[in-house]
Amino acid sequence: MRQIIEGSHAVAEAVRLSRPQVIAAYPITPQTHIVERLAEMVADGELNGEYITVESEFSALSACLGASAAGSRVYSATTSQGLALMFEVCFNVAGMRLPILMTIANRSLSAPLSIWNDQQDSISLRDSGWLQFYAEDNQEAMDLHFIAYRVMEDHRILLPAFVCFDGFILTHTYEPVDVPTQDEIDTYLPAFTPYQKLDAQNPLSFGMYATPEYYMEFRYMIDQAMQRSKDVIGKAGREFGEQFGRDYSSLVEEYRMEDAETAVVAMGSVCGTIKDSIDEMRKKGKRVGLLKIRTYRPFPIEEVKKSLQSASTVAVMDKNISLGSRGAVGLEVKDALFGSDISIYDYIVGLGGRDIRKKDVAAIVDLAEKGEGNLFYGLHEEVL
Amino acid sequence: MKELRIHGRGGQGSVTAAELIAVAAFESGENAMAFPAFGVERRGAPVQAFVRFSNDKIRLRSQVYEPDYIIVQDSTLIKDVNVFHGMKSGGIAIVNTEKGIDAEVPAGIRLITIDATRIALDTLGMPITNTALLGAFAAASGEITFEALKNALRHRFKGEIADKNIQAAKRAYDLVRGGS
Repeated sequence: MRQIIEGSHAVAEAVRLSRPQVIAAYPITPQTHIVERLAEMVADGELNGEYITVESEFSALSACLGASAAGSRVYSATTSQGLALMFEVCFNVAGMRLPILMTIANRSLSAPLSIWNDQQDSISLRDSGWLQFYAEDNQEAMDLHFIAYRVMEDHRILLPAFVCFDGFILTHTYEPVDVPTQDEIDTYLPAFTPYQKLDAQNPLSFGMYATPEYYMEFRYMIDQAMQRSKDVIGKAGREFGEQFGRDYSSLVEEYRMEDAETAVVAMGSVCGTIKDSIDEMRKKGKRVGLLKIRTYRPFPIEEVKKSLQSASTVAVMDKNISLGSRGAVGLEVKDALFGSDISIYDYIVGLGGRDIRKKDVAAIVDLAEKGEGNLFYGLHEEVL
Repeated sequence: MKELRIHGRGGQGSVTAAELIAVAAFESGENAMAFPAFGVERRGAPVQAFVRFSNDKIRLRSQVYEPDYIIVQDSTLIKDVNVFHGMKSGGIAIVNTEKGIDAEVPAGIRLITIDATRIALDTLGMPITNTALLGAFAAASGEITFEALKNALRHRFKGEIADKNIQAAKRAYDLVRGGS
């Protein structure tokens, strides 16, 4: 049913409909409304799972790890400093091949302290072995939870996933979403069948040590699962589209790219603003389009290459910065287009909640077309 | 697309007001989006909240800089904040005040003043002005019907609290309609 609710509550609904058996999370701004609502649902009997209250994010994800190893469908949510505190457990979860779903309400990292949005937190877990999905709006944020569970729990994949949506910009926004029924989700997302689980009758060990003879093979197998997940995501996204009418069969989304000379590349909620800006630029005769990256891990290198091959200029907007290098999406796009003569520029934008307006998108397109890029956009020079 | 900016102080319910308007607009068949500007989260500090209305899907995620409407919950804010900044010509400003306002209203802006504090004290027994201002907004803008606003208030509040908030909204709604 279509209804107007807060983004965090929309995600909580998606989680409820996914029937997690164990939830462990620690509240942190701007993720708080998700876990408050889930705690209410469990207390009111609307969600038939166990909600484990913990004293830190480290414990939250550790509890999830144990519950997942015991064969449960598991959920958590965090952001920023909370995710930073989970760093060690994140690598363990992926290494033990546990399909745990975690919502990231994207927020910048300290210091200086900022509660506002950018995507530095999830990007900093780039190499942890978690799938990473990014949502443009709250409908997409909801839908990606169902798709993520389908993909992660596939026995060919068995990897954890982040569904990332921008803190405050989406978490605290009321907007219309179509909330599926329980029957619809039960059809799309069957109960979790663990590949293997902790069982006293049939003892197994998870996360044992690996000598130099074996460690590389474990990392290789995670990478292979990541590569395989591209097809599995495509299939799960296509089947979601067939059932619900919203198609996610591609890891990217193109907007007015058909004849675009200049392409903007971005992830998350800013893609909405970029689409509106592109409509305005198109009215003035500029041939510009958007390539939205929905899946940062695995990175859709083939789709990016195909989509951008006929553009002459590419402007990547990164809400993160790999300090001492460039933005994380910009680097990937350059890799995808290696050997082409396309001009590719990276723009660091929106860090710590700096607002991004339509006119900023237009200004970035102008800069890229003039050949000026690889810079922090919109700095307040007077305070430097 | 039309845009509303609500100016208030922390604790006055600006974010709740934005959400209620979006719910009411959605119930009236429009697309709507409500979201806060998070500045300093403390009681008494100037805060803003925003609403967008459109017949089409709303994609824009930036804050509201050129509003068609503003609501000012507390006229003392006008000393500290340029509440009219960026307003579109032909826009409507709804200001809670018991007298006039001590500022120049830009040309092309229709000013509606209403003593929402008095209405709130009479109906709710507390100086919580946001629901009265919502009634004034419904009457002045036509973006939401009173019926939809009433439903949104019923959805948000229970029993007697809902009744009193609806009374506050109705008083303001009738005052603004009578005055226009």
